[in-house]
This record gives sequence, structure tokens and C-alpha cells, in this order.
Amino acid sequence: MNKQSNLYTTIYIVALVLIVGTALATVALSLRSRQQSNIDADKMRQILAAARIVPEKGQVVEDFNKYVTSQAVYNDCGQEIEGADAFTVDVAAQVKLPADKRELPVFTCQTPDGAVKYILPCYGAGLWGPIWGYIAFDADGSTVYGAYFAHQGETPGLGAEIEKPAFSNQFEGKQMFKADRFLPIAVVKAGQKPQGDEDYVDGISGGTVTSKGVGEMLSNSLSPYKSFLESLRTK
Amino acid sequence: MAEKINWKTVFFNPFSKNNPVIVQVLGICSVLAVTAKLEPAIVMGISVIAVLAFSNVIISLIRNTIPTNIRIIVQLVVVAGLVVIVDQLLKAYTYDVSKQLSVFIGLIITNCILMGRLEAFAMANKPWPSFLDGVGNGIGYTIILVIVGFFRELLGSGTLLGYQVIPQWCYDHGYVNNGLMILPPMALIVVGCIIWVHRSINKDLQDE
Repeated sequence: MNKQSNLYTTIYIVALVLIVGTALATVALSLRSRQQSNIDADKMRQILAAARIVPEKGQVVEDFNKYVTSQAVYNDCGQEIEGADAFTVDVAAQVKLPADKRELPVFTCQTPDGAVKYILPCYGAGLWGPIWGYIAFDADGSTVYGAYFAHQGETPGLGAEIEKPAFSNQFEGKQMFKADRFLPIAVVKAGQKPQGDEDYVDGISGGTVTSKGVGEMLSNSLSPYKSFLESLRTK
Repeated sequence: MAEKINWKTVFFNPFSKNNPVIVQVLGICSVLAVTAKLEPAIVMGISVIAVLAFSNVIISLIRNTIPTNIRIIVQLVVVAGLVVIVDQLLKAYTYDVSKQLSVFIGLIITNCILMGRLEAFAMANKPWPSFLDGVGNGIGYTIILVIVGFFRELLGSGTLLGYQVIPQWCYDHGYVNNGLMILPPMALIVVGCIIWVHRSINKDLQDE
């Protein structure tokens, strides 16, 4: 048989691709449920991190079920949407919608000392790719209890510093409501102040675009929660 | 093949005399990228050993059937397939490490060591020597990765495999982790130091 003929070459490569393709599909399908549970556990770890709970290795799911007492989805009027699953809401897709069409997940968490915290997800854009995070609020709906930020591919040492506690710890104790006005926390250059009288944290030197991204993410992702947070305040 | 292949040479040469990283200077990109901590360096090494060994065997098994004009494509399909399988396995069983390695597992496909070994060895040799050649070169690559990862994590973070190694009283007396070790340029400098030591020991590798 002529191994250099076009026919042989074509048949050979088609057969090879079919075999490899089948093998890959089999592997991907058989591992999918395991991978999904890993992704879910990682998301649970991030949510708990906002409430300053760091689970032991392998304890993430147990701790999540222990501390997160309820999950609910709200609309921008602060009303609960029945039957929606907060954990599976795709925040990345929701933040692109207009505020009145969004589904807003809220995770209610009871910390080990018995206090109730409300954890809200946020999602935005950094310099190179998406950034996201979770912000935990005290029961008054205004005071930030803790924050967790993560990124996909920000520059190490610069924008990537947003995932470090040195940055996220700054948010603790900041207020979302100032004199009954809803003002999302701003991220400004170190040493500067925002134009309004909102609470602010220092951005990262050398990570200006990422820091701005965090500020925009907070404003865009948390603004629709205004009614929900106000309802907590009046409770 | 007329000449008899000595399996010891095939297996052990890549450890030192013909090391893919410090003698052939292949696969430097991933050495820079994954060695800031020891654990991802080890997982990356094991992944490369697996991909290299199996792709060598597969290519060696089908070497007489591959049409010459598409042999690179065939090699790429086999390597890419294996790399995706390794990536999926890591995502399923060691999720944290796979997050740290992120794109670099996928980039094993473009690791020069793989194409180099497939073209230079597996296309011309029987499966068993090819398997040894793959494992040998993979281990040679891993040795360097582990050495670099060891020094970068120890000096950059004061830890090894995530455990604190440098005692607290050192920090109390003014010792500071060297942040530069975490950044990619230091990987290049550490590799340079390894090459320097290695060439000083092996005089026959020195250029005139």
C-alpha cells in the first residue's frame, strides 16, 4: 500500500481524530460530576471566606452547610423570587442585565459566634480578565463584615494583590449607607478621597485598572441590592 | 535499528548528561511559570512524565504507519489528546493544584521537550526504549523543576509544600522573605546557577 498517497493520508488522519475524539469525550463525561463538585466546593470556600470562615481542608461542604443557614434569590425591589436556587445563579451573566431584570442571590450565614451575616456576590472586569468577589454584611444591612476577592489573570504583585487579605481586610467596618443614602464603597488611589462622602478603601499602587475595576464591580453588582439592604436596615 | 540500544543510557542520560532543561535548554517557559511553589512544580513534573511516556509509546507503536507529510500533525493530535486527559484528571482529583497550574498544563502541548523526543526518538525506535526515553526525559525535567521550586519556595515564602520551614524567631530577628524569588526572573537566575554548577562538574559539556 502506498503510504504517501492522498487517500491513505486522509483516511489515516480522519480515523486518528475520531479515535482521539472518542477517548476525550469519554474521559470528559466520566469526570464531569467530580469536577463540578470541586468547582462547587471552591465556590463555597469563597463564600465562607467573605464571612471570615476558613474551613479545614476537605471540610468545605460540611462547613458551608453548617454556617450558611439559608440561600435566597431576590429581585431589585427586595422581594424574594420563589423557587430560584441562589447557588446556581450565574452572577457573571446577571451583572450584564439591566438592574430590574437581575436575579440577586443572597447567602445568609450564621458565624460561629451566632451573628447573622448576609453575603452578596459581585462580578466585574479587571485589567486582563474577570474579577469577582463576595461581600458579607452585618444584620444592619450597611456595615461590611468581610470581603473576598478573586481574579482570573491579573498581574502578579500588582492587580493580583486584590485577592490578598491586605486589600480585602480594608473593607471591614465600611458603611454602604451614609446618612440614609445608599453609596457603594469606592476604591481610590492611596492618599486620595472620593468626590462624594461615601466610604472608601485604598486601591493598589501599580494596579490602577484592577482597583478601578473593583470599585466599578461593587457599584454595578451591589446597587440592585439597595432595596434588599434597606429592608434589612428597617427590620 | 541496526545498533543495539543500551536501555541504561536511554533512561539515565536525560537525568544529567543530556538533561532536557539544563543541557538541551528546552521547556524553559514552564520552568519559569510553575516553580514559585514546590507542589505545582511536582504535579507539573508528574504530568509531563505521564504525557511524555505515553505519547512516546503511542507514536512509537504507530510510527511505521504514519504518512511522512502529516507526521507533525499526528504527533500533535496524540500529545494534545493526552494533555487534555491529564488536565481533566487534575481538575477532578487535585482541583487546587490545577487552579495554580491553570494554562500551563494545556501548554505542555507546546513544550519543546515533547515534540523534540517524539521527532528525535519515538519516530525511530521501538515502544519499550521509547517509553524509557519518555520517562527518563520527564524525570530529567522534573528534577530541575523540583530543585528550582525548592529554592524559590524556601527563600521566597519560607515554606516547603505549604509548611512553614523557616522558624518564627528568624522573622523576629529581622529575616525577611525574598519577594523577588516569587517572580519569574528569579527562576531564570536559579536555572542559570544550576547550569553553572552542572557545567563545572561535567567539564566535557563546557564549550571552548
